[in-house]
Amino acid sequence: MATVSIVILPIIVLIIVIYGYKSKINIYDSFLKGVLEGLKTCVSIFPNILAMIFAVNLLIKSGFIDYISSFLNPALSRYNLSTDIISMAFFRPISGNASLAIMDNIFSNFGPDSLMGRLASTIQGSTDTTFYVLALYFGSIGIKKTRYALPVGLFADFVGIVMSFLLVYLFFY
Amino acid sequence: MVNVIWGVFIIIGIIFSFFNGKVDLINNEIIVSGKNAVNLMLEMLPMLALWMGLMRIAEDSGLLKFVARKLSFVLNKLFPSVPKDNEALGLIASNVAINMAGLGSAATPCGLKAMKELQKINDKKDTASTAMITFLVLNTGGVTIIPTTIISLRVLHGSAAPTEVIPTCILATFSSCIAGLLLDYFIRRKNGNS
Repeated sequence: MATVSIVILPIIVLIIVIYGYKSKINIYDSFLKGVLEGLKTCVSIFPNILAMIFAVNLLIKSGFIDYISSFLNPALSRYNLSTDIISMAFFRPISGNASLAIMDNIFSNFGPDSLMGRLASTIQGSTDTTFYVLALYFGSIGIKKTRYALPVGLFADFVGIVMSFLLVYLFFY
Repeated sequence: MVNVIWGVFIIIGIIFSFFNGKVDLINNEIIVSGKNAVNLMLEMLPMLALWMGLMRIAEDSGLLKFVARKLSFVLNKLFPSVPKDNEALGLIASNVAINMAGLGSAATPCGLKAMKELQKINDKKDTASTAMITFLVLNTGGVTIIPTTIISLRVLHGSAAPTEVIPTCILATFSSCIAGLLLDYFIRRKNGNS
């Protein structure tokens, strides 16, 4: 499985260059134009990156999410879980780095092969940073009205988290 | 919606920190946020520049149109409003394929370029088109077959079986993606604009 991951990018690059030669375009010129486009895109997404980092980090650093999660503590301890896993589920859609840091913490405290470790791995692997991706992708082309995109994205994340719990219990216990 | 949530995050964060005694952390965050954002942009820049360059070759040579046509049987179902041989579909296919391999940072440039192509055929430039939302759901549903970061972290923490979570990850991510796409499909059908 891991080897697929290693060869996929080289193969894609190879196909792009060979197909480019075959179609008789000036691939060097095209490449340079694309790189310039990439630089412009990077500048145009900066306001969105800054806006997201600022607001999300203020919320995270205030400890609000941990406070909300702590209310679920009594219910969780009955299933040998700690509130870290709930914090992680809350953090996952808003910050990839924050949820990764919590996962790292869970691995240190409980071990990667524990119930908590397996749950954290599956949650991290099955969902995405919906807020960030939405702000980045829509911001880069100047979309202001996102309509039903956020609720649908968050619904998908929610299903992913619920399924993570079900699957980990089903597979390992 | 993002407009409201953005403000709410800031207001809750600052007010809660007053009660929580974490004002110093908030103060520090206000000072370093700009720097963190610049760092993140600089981290993205190399991949974005390189892959936008490569994808431009794929666009100019007609490779993206070729991929779009080859996969049109599935892409047309998901994106009925996008013409069959539109470059956006080729970019969406590349984005999903690279994401599946767990190479998120190489997938982002394709995703951004796909959005740009979708914007070209969007009637209202400040409003997300249905195709854009479907793509976003497909992307954040994040079908990852090989979760590279997670496996390497598990190895780092001495896991006896670092890859044992791959089946649960794949099944959970598929359920999440399909649930998102189904909800998106029903909303599209209810709105009547395919």
